[in-house]
Amino acid sequence: MPSRSGSQRPPGSGRSSPERGLLLLLLLLVLLPLGDASSAGVGHQEHAGNHTAANGRHNFTKKPFPVLSLDYHHIQTPFEISLWVLLASLMKLGFHLIPRLSNIVPESCLLIVVGLLVGGLIKLAGEKVPPVLDSRLFFLCLLPPIILDAGYFLPIRPFMENIGTILMFAVVGTLWNAFFIGGILYAVCQSQPDLNKLSLLPCLLFGSIVSAVDPVAVLAVFEEIHINELLHILVFGESLLNDAVTVVLYHLFDEYSAAGPVTVLDAFLGVISFLVVALGGVLVGAIYGFLSAFTSRFTSHTRVIEPLFVFVYSYMAYLSAEMFHLSGIMALISCGAVMRPYVEANISHKSHTTIKYFLKMWSSVSETLIFIFLGVATVDGPHSWNWIFVTVTVILCLVARVIGVIGLTYIINNFRIVKLTTKDQFIIAYGGLRGAIAFSLGFLLDDGRFPMREMFLTAIITVIFFTVFVQGMTIKPLVELLAVKKKQEAKRTINEEIHTQFLDHLLTGIEDICGHYGHHHWKDKLNRFNKKYVKKCLIVGERSKEPQLIAFYHKMEMKQAIELVESGGGVKMPSAVPSTVSMQNIQPKKPPPAKSAERSLPQLPKGREEEIRKILRSNLQKTRQRLRSYNRHTLVVDPYEDGFGDLLIKKQKMIELEKKIKEMNNYLTVPAAPPDSPTMCRARLASGRDTDFKPAEQQRGNKICADPQAYSVKQSSDSVPTIQVDLASPQSPDSVNVMDEFRRAKQQQEEEEEYQGLMMKPPQGPSGPNKPGEADTTRDPQKLTRCLSDPGPSADEDEDEPFLS
Amino acid sequence: MGALQSLHGRPEYLDLAEKTGFSFEQIRVLHERFKQLSHNEETLRRSHFNEIPDLACNPIRAQIIEAFFDRRNYHQNGEGTVEEIGFEEFLVVMSHFRPPSLHMTEEQRENVRREKLRFVFNMHDTDNDGTITLEEYRHVVEELLSRSGALEKETAKSIADAAMLEVASISMGHMEPDEFYEGITFEHFLKLLDGFEIESRMNIRFLNMDTSTLCK
Repeated sequence: MPSRSGSQRPPGSGRSSPERGLLLLLLLLVLLPLGDASSAGVGHQEHAGNHTAANGRHNFTKKPFPVLSLDYHHIQTPFEISLWVLLASLMKLGFHLIPRLSNIVPESCLLIVVGLLVGGLIKLAGEKVPPVLDSRLFFLCLLPPIILDAGYFLPIRPFMENIGTILMFAVVGTLWNAFFIGGILYAVCQSQPDLNKLSLLPCLLFGSIVSAVDPVAVLAVFEEIHINELLHILVFGESLLNDAVTVVLYHLFDEYSAAGPVTVLDAFLGVISFLVVALGGVLVGAIYGFLSAFTSRFTSHTRVIEPLFVFVYSYMAYLSAEMFHLSGIMALISCGAVMRPYVEANISHKSHTTIKYFLKMWSSVSETLIFIFLGVATVDGPHSWNWIFVTVTVILCLVARVIGVIGLTYIINNFRIVKLTTKDQFIIAYGGLRGAIAFSLGFLLDDGRFPMREMFLTAIITVIFFTVFVQGMTIKPLVELLAVKKKQEAKRTINEEIHTQFLDHLLTGIEDICGHYGHHHWKDKLNRFNKKYVKKCLIVGERSKEPQLIAFYHKMEMKQAIELVESGGGVKMPSAVPSTVSMQNIQPKKPPPAKSAERSLPQLPKGREEEIRKILRSNLQKTRQRLRSYNRHTLVVDPYEDGFGDLLIKKQKMIELEKKIKEMNNYLTVPAAPPDSPTMCRARLASGRDTDFKPAEQQRGNKICADPQAYSVKQSSDSVPTIQVDLASPQSPDSVNVMDEFRRAKQQQEEEEEYQGLMMKPPQGPSGPNKPGEADTTRDPQKLTRCLSDPGPSADEDEDEPFLS
Repeated sequence: MGALQSLHGRPEYLDLAEKTGFSFEQIRVLHERFKQLSHNEETLRRSHFNEIPDLACNPIRAQIIEAFFDRRNYHQNGEGTVEEIGFEEFLVVMSHFRPPSLHMTEEQRENVRREKLRFVFNMHDTDNDGTITLEEYRHVVEELLSRSGALEKETAKSIADAAMLEVASISMGHMEPDEFYEGITFEHFLKLLDGFEIESRMNIRFLNMDTSTLCK
């Protein structure tokens, strides 16, 4: 059938023109429903000639052997699923081809429109629209990836700092919404002749379904407006945590709507149930989180399946919670949040990237599908439009939200240090979007017990459309208009991190002096408990002892290293301010001590220094940046570097040196950064060569550590100096002195970026010294990591070339 | 609650309240604590602070205690340290941790910010010379990491160096290779922590301090 092959036509690749993109999308839109429609017709051909069983009875009727046959039914379900996913992804592609449109209309709106189109087309083709927003599909397949993505990457610090506010909004706010909407609706319905068969409990049930702020919709819209972190976490946190309330209310009213009036006992049980649902969900999630963290401790030999553990444990947490009718969303959030710090300390960098991208991918596709299905389900119906009911619902939703937010903020501001301003309140109220969860819950309603189900569904869809379209589209201009503070894109600097830690300790100390067991005190206690017991258990090896500041520092270094490599090394390091300030500007110039016990690198006489510097500057300037890519972590050799061929020889030597290093216990085995790249790393003053240095302490025999950034520059006709690393002897034991020397060596160099040169974790041993490794985190102790970017000390120092001759 | 009641017999609270901005209730509670710490003496000494058990596991304990005895924190443009402090000085130091009130002008907010940052700056600048040198900053980082074992001395140094480099880059922008960056002045410090929002972070809730839960 032509449509079948047609739908397999690959989307226009490489065409950047928006019009063609649009055309292709439309084409696919047409083909998809046709594909669905013809599935019914083709199903009958499934047995065409393929099954010998069918032919068995007629085995004397020999048909010609079917060379090519069609069996759609065989693959129908996965095929259709794939078609939907493909449609969703292509839609996403398509929207970004039309930048003007995606600036005005949020993606969620466009997707709903697409869903409407597809649903309409299917209906036009006369086929039954597949029940795409089936509640089971939604709750078990489409929702978990989004929530897991949110939970795993939840910014814990702001979340915890505002947890009181978030809980207030989530619990009290949702309860208020539910009862207000349900109650007033009941009153309105009683006054209407056609609606007064609607009793109180169904109204309350409807109120509870429609009152919950939806995380999917909030994520979709808020992602595009980039408001400041506080507001984002407030609305988003609320949308996540109100799941528990919704679950309890839904089940409560569902159970009792048929069984008669709700007594006080039932209400009391409802409250207990709420606590059980919420805390139970969190507990289940935490258990699975710890299990996952514990498992990740042992995955050092099977890195490939690390991401799998994260996903499977989280999904099981969700399913387990759903099994007991606990709050699956809260379970998922707590699982992700609990396991993240430990898992990230254990898994490799590649796994971390994999997890991140898979989560983003799944959640993105899920979100797209949800909105499309919402559109399709709208077309599907069944609808029963009742003007009064629907309009009252929409108005009540808005009013209830506004009143709720204002009232709660008034109470909350008494307890907050950073008060919520009117602008904040407005955004919080306006950002209360409803979404597909409400629809699915409505869909789940039993037709028998709720004869008004269709009316409910219509009203729910209207509310969803209203919030997503109207509020979603206008929130961005309103944010601009009100000049709400936007998200700060600034990078986290090391100074801020230091001061964050400092402030934590300071505030804890002051609280102790005041005798006040506050917020900081308990946080500090938790941290200490975590460090002392939990981390030891869940994080493998040495990293369990790593303080947060150091972990942050290493992470930052690694990030910068990777950025450098990815940018080809030609781009200047993304520092806060481009500057030529370098390490030497900071180091106090100390005169080298006279004692021979002190290993100090000699001071070059001024003239010599200048000469060196000039040469370095002129030749190494451009390539200095590329230098960075050759530190221990980014072992990607750039084959287009000049003189690469020459350096292979050097590399060879370095590799040999590395082997020697392995024997040393003080030094770490580092994948050989090809320090022999022409640009080389920092100039390192060789020890005691025939220069005007103070040679005394610097003789070969002295234990001088290798300059981590040792490099050698080939002497060539264009007067690029050859500066050779003098590799320290293997027996150099004392790390501290090494550091000092290193520090001093750096005085002579121009470095702009400190981070590169400083202590970083060497990549993991097993990856081999020669392999350009990724920045794998290592298990080795951190002490002398700095020493080893290059192969390090060599017993065989004849390789040294003259320093600067 | 009786404002009148708290004033009863404590006219000096009025003076302190004006100076530090605390309410009478808060001053009363803090006074109770002061008396408890000092064993009902008139002044506090460093040894009294050292007796607080919870403070013992705080890595920057020494600096915190020093801050109480540092004249620069008394808002009287003094310098140097003292050996013992009275309740007034105690209160003045504590007032650095008051949250800013809701209705503040931009200027007031800026002042609060400067005051809090000045406090932190004074804690770093131990030799009173108005700049934080590399050595002092190194000391800060070392103290922060001091609970994690001796291995981290080198890392501490490199972190401090990196941080210093960052400050220099931000503040100075361009420096010749042989220029020397003396240290972080207060203005540089302000610029450095521009996005830090210290006025909302460096606060203790003095609202409901129940003296019965005082730890000792």
